[in-house]
Amino acid sequence: MRINGRGRVDRGRALSFTFDGRRYSGFAGDTLASALVANDVKLLGRSFKYHRPRGLLTAGSEEPNALVTLGAGAASEPNARATMVELRDGLQVRSQNRWPSLDWDLLALNDLAAPFLGAGFYYKTFMWPRAFWEKLYEPAIRRAAGLGALSGKSNPDRYEKAFAFCDLLVIGGGPTGMMAAHRAAEAGLDVILCDEGTVLGGRLLSEDETVDGQPGADWAAAMQRDLAAHPKVRVMTRTTVTGAYDQGTFGALERIVPDAEGAPLECFWRIVAKRSILAAGALERPVAFAGNDRPGILLAGAMRAYLHRWGVVPGRRVAVFGNTDDAHRTARDLAAAGVHVAAVIDSRTDAKVQGDFPVYTGAQVCRGAGGRDGVEAIRIRTPRGEESIAVDALAVSGGWNPSLHLACHMNGRPDWREDIAAFVPRDGMVPGMTAAGACAGAFSTHGCLSAGAAAAALVARDLGRTPSDAALPEAEDAPYRIKALWAVPGRGRAWLDFQNDVTVKDVVQAAQENFRSVEHMKRYTTQGMAPDQGKSSNVAALAVLADATGRGIPETGTTTFRPPFVPVSIAAMGAGAQGMGFAPRRRTTSDAAARARGAPMIEAGLWYRASYFPQAGEATWRQSCDREVGMVRNHVGICDVSTLGKIDLQGPDAADFLDLVYTNRMSTLKPGRVRYGLMLREDGHVMDDGTCARLGEGHFVITTTTAAAGAVMKHLEFVHQCLVPHLDLAMISVTESWAQFAVAGPKSRDLLNGLLETPVDDASFPFMACGPVRLGGVAARLFRISFSGEHAYEIAVPARYGASLFDLLVARAEAMGGGAYGMEALNVLRLEKGHITHAEIHGRTTAFDIGMDRMVSAAKECIGKTMAARPGLVGPEREQLVGLAPQDGRSALLPGAFLFAPDDKAERAAAQGYVTSAGYSPTLGAPLALGFLRDGRARQGEVVKMVDHLRGAEVLCTVTDSVRVDPEGGRLRG
Amino acid sequence: MRLPCPICGERDLREFSYLGDAVRLHRPAPDAGTDAWDAYLHLRDNPAGRTRDLWQHEAGCGAWIVVTRDTVSHAVEGAQLAAEMRDAD
Repeated sequence: MRINGRGRVDRGRALSFTFDGRRYSGFAGDTLASALVANDVKLLGRSFKYHRPRGLLTAGSEEPNALVTLGAGAASEPNARATMVELRDGLQVRSQNRWPSLDWDLLALNDLAAPFLGAGFYYKTFMWPRAFWEKLYEPAIRRAAGLGALSGKSNPDRYEKAFAFCDLLVIGGGPTGMMAAHRAAEAGLDVILCDEGTVLGGRLLSEDETVDGQPGADWAAAMQRDLAAHPKVRVMTRTTVTGAYDQGTFGALERIVPDAEGAPLECFWRIVAKRSILAAGALERPVAFAGNDRPGILLAGAMRAYLHRWGVVPGRRVAVFGNTDDAHRTARDLAAAGVHVAAVIDSRTDAKVQGDFPVYTGAQVCRGAGGRDGVEAIRIRTPRGEESIAVDALAVSGGWNPSLHLACHMNGRPDWREDIAAFVPRDGMVPGMTAAGACAGAFSTHGCLSAGAAAAALVARDLGRTPSDAALPEAEDAPYRIKALWAVPGRGRAWLDFQNDVTVKDVVQAAQENFRSVEHMKRYTTQGMAPDQGKSSNVAALAVLADATGRGIPETGTTTFRPPFVPVSIAAMGAGAQGMGFAPRRRTTSDAAARARGAPMIEAGLWYRASYFPQAGEATWRQSCDREVGMVRNHVGICDVSTLGKIDLQGPDAADFLDLVYTNRMSTLKPGRVRYGLMLREDGHVMDDGTCARLGEGHFVITTTTAAAGAVMKHLEFVHQCLVPHLDLAMISVTESWAQFAVAGPKSRDLLNGLLETPVDDASFPFMACGPVRLGGVAARLFRISFSGEHAYEIAVPARYGASLFDLLVARAEAMGGGAYGMEALNVLRLEKGHITHAEIHGRTTAFDIGMDRMVSAAKECIGKTMAARPGLVGPEREQLVGLAPQDGRSALLPGAFLFAPDDKAERAAAQGYVTSAGYSPTLGAPLALGFLRDGRARQGEVVKMVDHLRGAEVLCTVTDSVRVDPEGGRLRG
Repeated sequence: MRLPCPICGERDLREFSYLGDAVRLHRPAPDAGTDAWDAYLHLRDNPAGRTRDLWQHEAGCGAWIVVTRDTVSHAVEGAQLAAEMRDAD
């Protein structure tokens, strides 16, 4: 019901929305919850386990009951708390966890079976037969118990992440937080103020009181304007601080204004603050009594929030039940708004209540009666006996719990304060954090304002600033006066944890079954394990446990609060990492040209490389690949090799450094020459291979494999900075600075000489030469190196010229009977030459295994040398690199297949090696492979059996040398 | 977690990559023997408390640093450039 003249919604802007298909209207400024209250909708959901009808309990982010699904289809969002959803026009809302409808939910049968479904029933009931758990019990339980469901489709909504830094993070924008932020900013600190509401003010928006002589909400609005205009303050509304982490780091979830066009839905912030002030306020707690979960039974403070902030009340005959003076405000305010207050029930015998309504002191509500449409009457127990009072809503307050959750995120334990019957944070629980105001147990507005100012002064002094000593605004300073009341004794189920359906009886039963530790009770009953983390129920549950075990509350202790303070969608935490954001694409300069030629692209790490370049008439990749191999062997081919890592090293000691990281000597390399190099890990296994070009006396460029580019760079930096910092050199990765193309084949020099300003010949540019060249006015680098085994070059130009050079090279090559070749042909060419890749140097092979032990210089030290000489890393028992040829000359060989002696059974224990790479060689006209075979180098000419159990292949192979084409290397030098 | 890079200042954990105990700074001589090399490569303490380990500011300046921190409290005491502390313990 909407109350005229109350609330701060914009009554000039009506908004229309649907709930379970029915159309309703609200106003701008409403939450979904307040709009549903205005429309007298009480039943908002079904409970998790028993499918009990439930309505609103709170008005804030701690809401346990009113979880709904927003929208439809792929963009639908389950488990939104109606109290946090800002109403917008056209909003579609569906209730959850019910079938077929909210009013008629068949699984409400669970409620009738409740005597059998108490704490621990899973553990006791579904013990046997064992196989039934996965097939029957678990699926059935999952269907029956639950929250909203994901759409199962890819989420089309945008999410964002962001980072912020400040001197002081103020968590919570109520009177404490606003005062703290203002005072700290005035003292010169950079301040971020986060509040989860749409506007600042906290409880001031939900109460009828004055600050500095004006209505509290007006004072808050003016303060918000001041703060927003302050150059040292960043005000972040709709932002919930979700976690406190090491070194002053905080997580925060920002909900973006729903109307902003194309804006992300949420933004996950990581905020780093030198100091923080926790001003998170307090959360009201209910009292457990039979039927206390009926729709229409709300927290007293929530009832005031609905009245003052949104001008709505959830009933026409309202009773108030509490144990503090604070609860009386609800009766006073409702009466002032013209709502019929049926009774005020205060459990304290000495309570002083004044008002035009019946008052029962020393009394308790012992039952809430009614149906699925909500509470219809309450039964109260007074010193004079029991009686019933007809109501359609009940406001309940068991007092307030300071919101100390964030203070506990780093494993700190709070203190119990008997005078307010609540836990409060202890100093130093989170380094640099000061708790102030209601979250530290100061519940009056005056108390909050002065605590905020004091906390700001403390932080300012701590950071070397002078705090302001301006006077505080005038505000109420009413005493709180509580007498703890957790649960009203009596028959019937009294709910503690609404979200996980845990009752007083469940907690008592846990204690009886000897789950007496609070952590055991939590896990046995699931109390506090729902998405709300027991915000409304934890303290009451442990008070009931303390009572049942005959201990005090401080001895019983609390469970651990962990991040996040509110549920955070994975999409927000992982913003930017969805789809391709998860693996950004690295494209070479020839990428567009390759795609334009129809080349399928293959992933190589984050890079994309052309697989092959299909031509008209080619039906399979093999046809293209075979043609490209032939092109390189007989004419000339062009291949983009820019993805190989390139590291530029300069300095007087660069040569000595390279001697240390390579197995072979690089210091003897002459300027203008290239040498193949092998790097070991310190444990003696091969790390990577590549070329090392000496461009000048103290200037080298080395290449790494595509896959190991990052790891090698990191390794070289480690060796330099950590092991030999006295060597004078500097290094930088230049992989992306240079576009580099292989020009390979007997006609490669002819092709290049058509482009180079100064032609090269064998005398000026022999095999393994390198040096600067010019073409088309561009300074380039030319390397006479070959991965294909042909007379070949690699030419490197600054990356901005890469695309045009590729086009030019391919056009020239095509005119000479050649063209571009891709990864498939590259692989076959290197297999024919027995060149290794990371398929062979996969981390478990040594220089000895790949036949390069002679490359480990005996005359000098190098990384990995000592450990490579360990027993077991050298010798005939090692699996060594060999070539393999099918005996029949045509059966395909398969990478991953195992090798056996021909007569051995093909099983693990008999395996003698494995195939690492395989392909079809058009040059040889037969399949070929590389692999590792025990004592393989001594077994050339022997027959072994290749077996692949997965693909069902068995092929007899001849062991060959790893180099199959041009073993003398004549073509390289020709 | 935030780590203080001696060159760049305090930076987020994600800019750094972890290697392990700072014992990696003290590479044995080639003839130091199998035990010394085994210890250098493989044997690590697993302290509850103060620890010194090697990180690289990989997404920043590239510096290798030795961070002194507490594995229990997560407090970070400080960091030094590895290149400048080869002789410290």
